[in-house]
Amino acid sequence: MPQRLHHMLGIEPLAVEQITFLLDQSKPFQEIQRHPLKKLATLRGKTVALAFFEPSTRTRISFGTAAARLGSDTMNLQAEVSSLRKGESLLDTARTLDAMKPDCIVMRHSASGAAEFVARRLEIPVINAGDGTHEHPTQALLDALTIRDRRGSLEGLNVAILGDILHSRVARSNLHLLGKFGCRFTLCGPAMWVPRELESLAPPGCSIRRVARIEQALEGADVIIVLRVQQERQHESALALAEYILLYQLTPERLRLARPEALVLHPGPMIRGLEIDPAVADGPQSCVLEQVTNGLAVRMALLFELIGSAQTESSAVAPAQAKDAADAAR
Amino acid sequence: MLLVKNGRVLDPSRGTDAMLDVLLEGDRIAQVAPAISAPSAEVFDATGMVVAPGFIDLHCHLREPGDEPSETLESGTRAAARGGFTAVCAMPNTKPVNDNASVTRAILERAQAAASVRVWPIGAASRGSKGEELAEIAAMKQAGIVAVSDDGRPIATARLLRQVMDYCRSLDLPVIDHCEDASLAAGAVMREGNQSVRLGLRGMPAATESIAVARDVQVAELTGGRLHVAHLSTRGSLELVRAAKQRGLPVTCEVTPHHFTLTDEDLAYDTRFKMNPPLASRSDRDALLAGLTDGTVDAIATDHAPHEPALKDVEFDRAPFGVTGFETALALGLEQLVHTGRMTLMRLVELFTAGPARALGMTRRIATGEPADLTLFSTEHAWTFRAVESVSRSRNTPFDGRSFRGAPMATIVAGRIVWCR
Repeated sequence: MPQRLHHMLGIEPLAVEQITFLLDQSKPFQEIQRHPLKKLATLRGKTVALAFFEPSTRTRISFGTAAARLGSDTMNLQAEVSSLRKGESLLDTARTLDAMKPDCIVMRHSASGAAEFVARRLEIPVINAGDGTHEHPTQALLDALTIRDRRGSLEGLNVAILGDILHSRVARSNLHLLGKFGCRFTLCGPAMWVPRELESLAPPGCSIRRVARIEQALEGADVIIVLRVQQERQHESALALAEYILLYQLTPERLRLARPEALVLHPGPMIRGLEIDPAVADGPQSCVLEQVTNGLAVRMALLFELIGSAQTESSAVAPAQAKDAADAAR
Repeated sequence: MLLVKNGRVLDPSRGTDAMLDVLLEGDRIAQVAPAISAPSAEVFDATGMVVAPGFIDLHCHLREPGDEPSETLESGTRAAARGGFTAVCAMPNTKPVNDNASVTRAILERAQAAASVRVWPIGAASRGSKGEELAEIAAMKQAGIVAVSDDGRPIATARLLRQVMDYCRSLDLPVIDHCEDASLAAGAVMREGNQSVRLGLRGMPAATESIAVARDVQVAELTGGRLHVAHLSTRGSLELVRAAKQRGLPVTCEVTPHHFTLTDEDLAYDTRFKMNPPLASRSDRDALLAGLTDGTVDAIATDHAPHEPALKDVEFDRAPFGVTGFETALALGLEQLVHTGRMTLMRLVELFTAGPARALGMTRRIATGEPADLTLFSTEHAWTFRAVESVSRSRNTPFDGRSFRGAPMATIVAGRIVWCR
């Protein structure tokens, strides 16, 4: 069994075995989503703190639902209603949350490194649910699970990533994760968002190249990751959306340049008609809704791994057995 | 009278490197000679030590008035004395800004009462350092400033810089500029490069600095004024200064110990590595080492920028720029520049003495009649720097826990031993 995780701050420091282990652990939790009764008692009595310092709907609901389906309680902190607006520091907010004795903190924040900042100062596990433009590890894990389910393996795929890659934490986490499995990346988007430095993220055995035209990026692609166009970026001149659509929108015609069975992923929220044509978003190659469901499975597996009963001999316990083990422990 | 005996006197201004005694009388040097006998003098045995002219730091922030939780004239100059500095140039970005003679006088009066070493104030170039109208530079000069700068910010426009340089030429003051193109720096928290992209932190390209250096050199040429480039950190800036010097322009520059020691690869999300200009690339750092050695760089300056712990214990994006530097400057110079064989000890001493003095239009020598300011140091003393033991009020140093070979041993200002290890 790979080295046990204490936090989940990013994909970059993880070993391939740890990633594979988490993906394997997610399988039984995928099953759960198909059951009529989805709630387990695995984490009964535990509390997961959801600290979202930056607006988020889907990730917060996904983590909240994952915790609930494991039987855990949750506490919610939302930036809009928190004392942050009154000027409290991140450290004080984190310590206050910690004093309410949650078993872990799931955290989203607009500053890169914010999850690590908190993790270094608290004892309990911290899960990074997106830190600035750095990483979004559970998104990469759910993407990997989706790709592996459809493809059987992650090894050596041709992956195209389209859009604002410089400012995308999803892109970074995917580059780190799929890069560890030897994928070959082609990055394409407006040149100021696809700087040369991105090539330095490639781990050994993986290649990252940048191309100017979307047609070049799609040719031969097994997987296409379409990023959201983030219009709220600070310090960036906005690109005219019509220009973006003209040059980078994923249309059915362009998609035909990829391998016939190529997968289309999008981390959401998706804006139809901007980065993606509705026909592609709803087409047979689109994995968008599977990604959402797999997000629950991956997050359940991660919560179980981080705060599930440490007494259990193997973490590779099926949920039903985990429940038994938890019951037996009481 | 104080007799400094048995030391190795190193004086770059005249190339002296000899075993000599130095007799101090009052606040002046009385005699420099072998085996001086002065029965009535107090004797300081400098056996095994280098006796250098008093070190000058061209660039520091003492935070008083206005931010006393971070530093005061008292605490800052005590840290300076422990670093071997006998005179420190205090940047004007205090609260209020040192942009008029009454603030200058208040700083000097407070320093007179509380400071361990000489405090040489730098006046603001523009009122409030806002980059709009000239500050009261002539009155500040009479009150005691040694240079002008809007440090913390660049001098805002070429037009203002031209006015400041013209005016300061008539007052015989150097103009020190924090060279930065504000539009490229906006929102950035580190140098742009592989590391900034990896960490997802916003970077400013190296050109942020060199664009401004190019502007400044041309304005210096236009006006004939003296330009000093603060905390120069990139290869491109260095090449511009080198070319300006070759053309005979009165342009000088300083480099900080953190910029010649660290690179952006050393930075993760630790705010103790966040300063402006930010840590540069390996290639830039290599260029700085070459520039320090070949004479393009005139001075090592600390840019000592204390911030109380609570201000730095935040997300990287939100932390203020700046690191402390007095107590580690000489040791880093020895570690990076002398023990590596890059330069002679004489050249290192020049970077702390005659070099910065020249940038200010002064001299710094060990000779009869000169001010009795001496820095005594060891090239071999083994020690470990611990931030908690610092006498600065702040702890924001990237060098906490670093072990060194070589250290300041005693600091003498105006004939008095103000600090001794």
